[in-house]
Amino acid sequence: MAETIIFILFAAVALVGAVSMITASNTVYSAMGLLATMFSIAILYVVLDAHFVAAVQVIVYAGAVMTLFLFVIMMVGVDKPDAYGAQLPIQRFMTAVVALGLFGAIALAGRAVWITGSDAFGTPALNGTAEAVADELFGTWMVPFLSTVMLLTIAAVGTIALAYFRDTPLEEVSE
Amino acid sequence: MTVTVTWFLLLAAALFSIGVAGVLIRRNALVMFMSIELMLNAVNLTFVAVSHELGLIEGQVAALFVMVVAAAEVTVGLAIIVAVFRTRSTANVDELAEMSG
Amino acid sequence: MTDLLWLVIALPLVGAFANIFFGRRLGEPLSGWLGLGFVALSWAIAVPATLSLVTGSGHPETMYLFTWIPGVGADIAILWDPLSAVMTMIVTGIGSLIHLYSIGYMHGDERYPRFFAFMNLFIASMMILVLASNYAMMFIGWELVGLSSYLLISFWFTKPSAAAAGKKAFIVNRIGDWGFLVALMIIFASFGTFDFHTIFAAAPTLITVGTATAITLLLFVGATGKSAQIPLYIWLPDAMEGPTPVSALIHAATMVTAGVFMIARSAVLFEMAPVSGAVVAVVGTLTALVAALIAVSQTDIKKVLAYSTISQLGYMVLGVGVGAYTAGVFHLGTHAFFKALLFLGAGSVIHAMANEQDMRKMGGLRKKMPITFVTMGVAWLAISGMFPFSGFWSKDEILAATFNKGGGFLVLYALGLFVALLTAFYMTRLFVMTFMGKPRWDDDAQPKESPFTMTIPLMVLGFFTVTAGFVNTPARLAFEHFLEPSFEGVAHHSGLSTGLVIALAAVALTVATVGIVWGWTKYSKDELPAEDSKFWKRSLAAFGVDEFYGRTIVAPGKKASEWAADTLDPKVLDGTAHALGGGVRNIGDALGKLQTGQVRGYAGGIAIAGVLLIIAFVAIGGGF
Repeated sequence: MAETIIFILFAAVALVGAVSMITASNTVYSAMGLLATMFSIAILYVVLDAHFVAAVQVIVYAGAVMTLFLFVIMMVGVDKPDAYGAQLPIQRFMTAVVALGLFGAIALAGRAVWITGSDAFGTPALNGTAEAVADELFGTWMVPFLSTVMLLTIAAVGTIALAYFRDTPLEEVSE
Repeated sequence: MTVTVTWFLLLAAALFSIGVAGVLIRRNALVMFMSIELMLNAVNLTFVAVSHELGLIEGQVAALFVMVVAAAEVTVGLAIIVAVFRTRSTANVDELAEMSG
Repeated sequence: MTDLLWLVIALPLVGAFANIFFGRRLGEPLSGWLGLGFVALSWAIAVPATLSLVTGSGHPETMYLFTWIPGVGADIAILWDPLSAVMTMIVTGIGSLIHLYSIGYMHGDERYPRFFAFMNLFIASMMILVLASNYAMMFIGWELVGLSSYLLISFWFTKPSAAAAGKKAFIVNRIGDWGFLVALMIIFASFGTFDFHTIFAAAPTLITVGTATAITLLLFVGATGKSAQIPLYIWLPDAMEGPTPVSALIHAATMVTAGVFMIARSAVLFEMAPVSGAVVAVVGTLTALVAALIAVSQTDIKKVLAYSTISQLGYMVLGVGVGAYTAGVFHLGTHAFFKALLFLGAGSVIHAMANEQDMRKMGGLRKKMPITFVTMGVAWLAISGMFPFSGFWSKDEILAATFNKGGGFLVLYALGLFVALLTAFYMTRLFVMTFMGKPRWDDDAQPKESPFTMTIPLMVLGFFTVTAGFVNTPARLAFEHFLEPSFEGVAHHSGLSTGLVIALAAVALTVATVGIVWGWTKYSKDELPAEDSKFWKRSLAAFGVDEFYGRTIVAPGKKASEWAADTLDPKVLDGTAHALGGGVRNIGDALGKLQTGQVRGYAGGIAIAGVLLIIAFVAIGGGF
C-alpha cells in the first residue's frame, strides 16, 4: 500500500517536472524541473530496493550534473528568454505525434512481453546494498568498470583541452 | 491496486517520450541537452525496475554504468557548448547549422 | 650432317642479331660479308644433307628440337625430306648469291648493316617456314617472312611511297593470313594436332570431303596473299619500291613461292578435294592472264618483272591446282633462278643508269654492259620458254599436266598457251628496249658494267638457268622421282604417251617463238612504237584494280574509322563516361540536401525511424 501511494505521488512529481522542463521559457526553470524529476526518480529507486543506485543518483545526477548545468546556464545567458516556439507550426504538431507515437509503440511492444511477475513489495527480493552491487561490479564486470575509468579520465582531459582551446596563445590566458 | 512493474515501465516510457519531445521542440542547446539527460534517466529507471523484477543485480550495475557515461558525456558536451558560445555567442542550435551539404 | 640442320635456321638468325647490334661498328662492307657468310654457311651445311637424299643414302626424317605447345603437335621440329631439301637449296643458294650482289649494290647506303640484318632475318624466317614439320611452326615462318618483307620493302622508309608499299604488303598479306588461320583452326578441330605426318596419315579416313574442301580453300586464301594471286596480288607491284636485291630475293625467288610450297606440302588434303583443286587452277590461270596483260604495257623495268612474277606464280599455282605438284615445284625452282637473274640484271642496269628505271630511256646497253647483256639474255630466253633453257621444260610440264586432266581444263590449257605467248612477247619487248637498238639515254648518264660482286651472281644464276631444266626432262623425270617421298599419299598421274609429249612440247615451242619474233620485230625499229591505244592505256593503269579496291574497301573502311574517331569516341564512349559521372554527382547533390545541419531535424528523423522500427518489430512478431 505504501509503495502505491509513494509511487503515484512521486511519479506525478516526475512527470510534472519533465513537462515543465520542456515547456518553461526560462532556462533556469527548466533546470529546476529536471532536478525535481531526478529527485523523484531517486525515490522510486528506493522503492525498487536499489538503495545504492538511489544514493548515486542523488549524488551524481542531482548533485553534480545539475549543478554543472546550472553553472553553464548562468554563463551562457540566463536573462535571455528562450521561446520554445518552433520555426514551423507543423513542428509542434509533428513533435506531439512523434512523442505520442513513441509512447504508444513502446506500450504496444511491451504489452505481450511485459514481464509478468510477482508484485510482492514487502520482502526485498533483491539486495540492493552497496555491498551486493560492489561484489558484482568488481567481480564479473571489472573490465567494463576499468573502461569507464578510462572514459572519465579522457573526458576530463578533453574538457580541459576544450576549455583552454583558443586562437590566442596560452600565455595570454593565464594572465 | 498494487504497484506492478508495468507501472514503472510505463512511467519510464512516458518520461522517455517527453524527453524526445523536448529534443525536437526546443531550440536552446542546453535544454536539448537536459532532455537527453531525461531520456537517460528514463532508461535507468527501466533497468532498475526490471532488475527488481527478475531478482538480478545486473540491472543496477548497468544503471551505474549508464550514469557514469552520462556524467562524462555531460562534462564534455557542456564544455563544447561553452566553447561554441564563446565564438558564436549564441546557444541556438538552429543557428549552428554549419555542417550542411 | 642432318643433325646439324637446325643451324640452317639458327645461323641467319645469329647473323641478323649480329648485324643489328654490331653492324654499325663493322661498317660496310664488312657487315655485308658477315651476312653473306652466315647464309653461305647455312647453304654449305644443307648441301651434304641434300646430297644424301639425292644419292639415296639418306632418307626423310624429322628432327625434334624442342616443344613449343605441348600436346597439340606444335613442336619446333625440322622435317627434312626432298621437298624441304629442294626449297632449302633454292633459298640459301640464291639467297647467298643475292647477298653477294647486295654488297656491291647497296654500297653507299647509310643503313647498310641494317639491310643485311633484315636479309638474314628473312632467310631465317623462310627456313623456319620451309623446314617446319607442323602447321603451327610453318605459320610462325609465314608470319616472320611477312614481317621481313615489310621491313625490306620499306627499307627506304623516308620515301612516303616506300613506307606505304610496305604497309600495303603487310596488310594485304594479313588478309590472306586470316584464311590460313581459319584453316588452321579447322585442322585442329578435325585432327587435334598440327603435325604434318599425323594429319596426312589420318586425313583420308578421318575427315570428309567437305571439311577437306573447306580447309584447302582457306589455305589457298592464305596462298593468294603470300603468292600474289587474284585478288590479293596488288601488293607485289608496289613492293618494287624496295631495293632491287629485295625484289629479287623475296618477290621473285622465295617468299612469294611460300604459298605454292604450302599447297604442295598439303598435297594430301588437296587431293581429297577436287573442287579446291579446280578453284586453285582457275585462279592461277586467271592471275597469269591478267598479270601478263598488264605486264605488256609497263614502262618501268621493275614493274614488268613484278607483273611477270605474278604471272609465273599463276603458272605454279595452276600446276599444283591440277595435281602436278612436282611440276609446280619444278617451275618454282627454275623460275627462282631466272627471275632472280632478271631482277639482279635489272638492278645492274638501274645501278649503271644512275637509278633510271624507265625503259624508254634505255636502249643499246649491250655494248656498255656485256655480262649483264648475256646473262639477262639467257634469262629472257628461259622465261619465254625457249628450248633448251630451263623455263621451257618446267612451263611445258605444267601445260602438259593441265592438258592431261582434260575436260574443262582444256580451256585452262589454251589460256596457259596464250599467256606463254604474251610472256614471250613482253619479255622480248623488255630485252629489246633495254639492250638493243640505239641509245636513248641522256648524255650525262654513263652506263658501264657493274662491279664483280654484282656480276658474279649473274653468271652463276645464268649457268643454272641454262642447266636446271635438265633435271626433269620428260625422258628422265629425275626430279619427279626425287620428290616422290614427299608426295607419298598423292596418286600419280598416268604418264602421257611419248608422241603426245613431243607434240605438246612442239606447240609450246612454237608459241614461244611466235611471241619472241613478234616482240623483236615490233621493238627493233629506230623509233619506239607508240603505245597509246585504249587497251594499252588500260593495261598501263593495271586495269584500275587498285583504284577499285580503294573505292569499295578502303574508302568505307576509312569512313568507318573516321566515324569511330569523331563520333563514337567523343560522343558515345566519352559521353557515357561523363553521363555516369554526372549522374553520380547529381545523386550526390540530391542526397546532400538531406544534410541541413539542423540538429533537430536529425533528431526528428531518428525518432520517427525509431517509432517505425518498434512498430515493425511488433508486426513481425515481437522481436524482443
